[in-house]
Amino acid sequence: MDIFLQQIINGLVLGSMYALIALGYTMVYGIIQLINFAHGEVLMIGALTSWAIIGMMKTGMPGVPGWMILLLALIIACIVCAALNFTIEKLAYRSLRNSPRLAPLITAIGMSILLQTIAMIIFEPTFKSYPNLIGADPINVGGAVITLTQIFILGITAVCLAILSYVVGKTNLGRAMRATAENPRVAALMGVKPDTVISATFIIGAILAAIAGVMWATNYGTVHHSMGFLPGLKAFTAAVLGGIGNLAGAVVGGIFLGLVESIGAGYLGALTGGVLGSHYVDILAFTVLIIVLTLRPSGLLGERVADRA
Amino acid sequence: MMFKLDFKNKTQLVVMAIFLLLLPIMLQGAGNFWVRVADMALLYVLLALGLNIVVGYAGLLDLGFVAFFAIGAYMYGLMSSPHLFETFAWMRTMFPNGMHTPIWLIVPMAALLAGLFGVLLGAPTLKLRGDYLAIVTLGFGEIIRVFMNNLDHPVNITNGPKGLIAIDPMNIFGFSFGKGLEIFGFKFGPLVLYYYLFMILVIISIILCHRMQTSRVGRAWMAIREDEIAAKAMGINTRNLKLLAFGMGATFGGVSGSMFAAFQGFISPESFSLMESVMIVAMITLGGLGHLPGVVLGALLLAALPEVLRFVSGALDLQAVTGGRIDASILRQLLIALAMIIIMLMRPRGLWPSPDHGKSLETATK
Repeated sequence: MDIFLQQIINGLVLGSMYALIALGYTMVYGIIQLINFAHGEVLMIGALTSWAIIGMMKTGMPGVPGWMILLLALIIACIVCAALNFTIEKLAYRSLRNSPRLAPLITAIGMSILLQTIAMIIFEPTFKSYPNLIGADPINVGGAVITLTQIFILGITAVCLAILSYVVGKTNLGRAMRATAENPRVAALMGVKPDTVISATFIIGAILAAIAGVMWATNYGTVHHSMGFLPGLKAFTAAVLGGIGNLAGAVVGGIFLGLVESIGAGYLGALTGGVLGSHYVDILAFTVLIIVLTLRPSGLLGERVADRA
Repeated sequence: MMFKLDFKNKTQLVVMAIFLLLLPIMLQGAGNFWVRVADMALLYVLLALGLNIVVGYAGLLDLGFVAFFAIGAYMYGLMSSPHLFETFAWMRTMFPNGMHTPIWLIVPMAALLAGLFGVLLGAPTLKLRGDYLAIVTLGFGEIIRVFMNNLDHPVNITNGPKGLIAIDPMNIFGFSFGKGLEIFGFKFGPLVLYYYLFMILVIISIILCHRMQTSRVGRAWMAIREDEIAAKAMGINTRNLKLLAFGMGATFGGVSGSMFAAFQGFISPESFSLMESVMIVAMITLGGLGHLPGVVLGALLLAALPEVLRFVSGALDLQAVTGGRIDASILRQLLIALAMIIIMLMRPRGLWPSPDHGKSLETATK
């Protein structure tokens, strides 16, 4: 039973990171119907930036408490990522908004390769160890173990989600975002500036990705230039699983996927008598996705929308 | 367009044919490396033509196309390498001389199996719209790759990450491509022979695709791409036609996969990563979606460009200039990424888009 509890905890932690990344995908998709392939790379840049800042501060200002360093690094990473994603949108996606659907997808893929290469040039293609500044001391909870870092990840995710739901639900910007997602042309007629809204969406997505990147790096303890690929892919899967374009769906999809993966990793070997080992966890995510989409073609929480004529 | 390529113009056709016939011999003079590049480029053209059926004609975004390539390659690899023979005792008694299955059996089997998988993938995804389909196909590609990576236990079928080695070369009517050919004292290397084989396949495929495009089926696919509901209302059986598109595309993938296995003599799951699928999508989009000359151009460009860049950037002594940070492969990756972005920004509909489709787009508001 305690193994089960342990896997639930791990799953929630993993899932909440997926959820934060998935929100970036789903918000962008909801507004401009683009799969932002470069989103995982934004996460990678966030993690690497914070790694560089932490390294600099540790040597430059000894004696500063760890949490303060991390906080500062996180804030700088958020700013860098926000600026980066804003620039990406402006350079690579804006002029293609009325082009065939696949054109911005290809520039997004190009951007993804470009960012990885640039990161490889700036930070060099090595695995770098990321210091844990929060504390990885295990705390016992009913037979299972949870670390302070994991509690932190869960807490920060909850705070982010609360702020995001306030911004989207209650503020003028959020209303403008929802209106643009619903119908960009009518929203523009009502005085919403689509370019501003789209830029704001990319900035919010980037901040969430940067936070997720720092959490990912803290949790796993390493950073490198291709670390954005897997979380990006899984988070995109989560966004589709929940119903792409739907914010609550991204969170539900992310946490669901995290739980499926960690419970799968814990039990897959035992259930199949060792035939399918934990290598198959990556398949599990996609198998669940295919099953869910076969039963509900627009995702767990997605609405049935008619095809746009 | 800078020049007009007219396929009905006989002189142009003859000049082109002679050029394509002599190309590998010229390349052979420059070194076997370049013949190999040309061979791989032709294989990518085959793959791109297959994916073009699914994405270009039927408008179904498939991000897992390399899975079919992998299925074809593994089919060929398993049937004509000593791997299965060494693993299973009963195989040794059944085929005392090793499994050297003739290509007349393997290649159709690879095509059929890949096509079957294409339909299998298509069936549960029929109801999905655009980008949902993209992620499911992507997942399918990953599933196939993970299986190939891990099916070395409990029963060793695919030999896992180590891959299959010592795969038989192409063998047509007892003539093996592995040895090369000597005619009147002039030696054609195996790579040159593969070039001619792949060229024949590419030409057959282009003719096939062209006929398909103008046929009833092709027109129905394009109707589905433009507006599925309207297509349905016109009496098009969208379900069967979408499955047919998946199956046809996958068949191309399977055939090129088996060619790849024969050509390389070695396959491992590494060759079938997600990035391959993405690059094939990039090829057809950069070239011109749904337009055959564009697709061929895009495939040739993206397949040959990296090698040319490798050659060029290798000539510069980058590592010394940049303190070891930028080497040839990094520069190559940088330039490819930039090329993808810039080409797409300058020509959103591809380098050589189909002319008919353009008219309707210009008049439409969105």
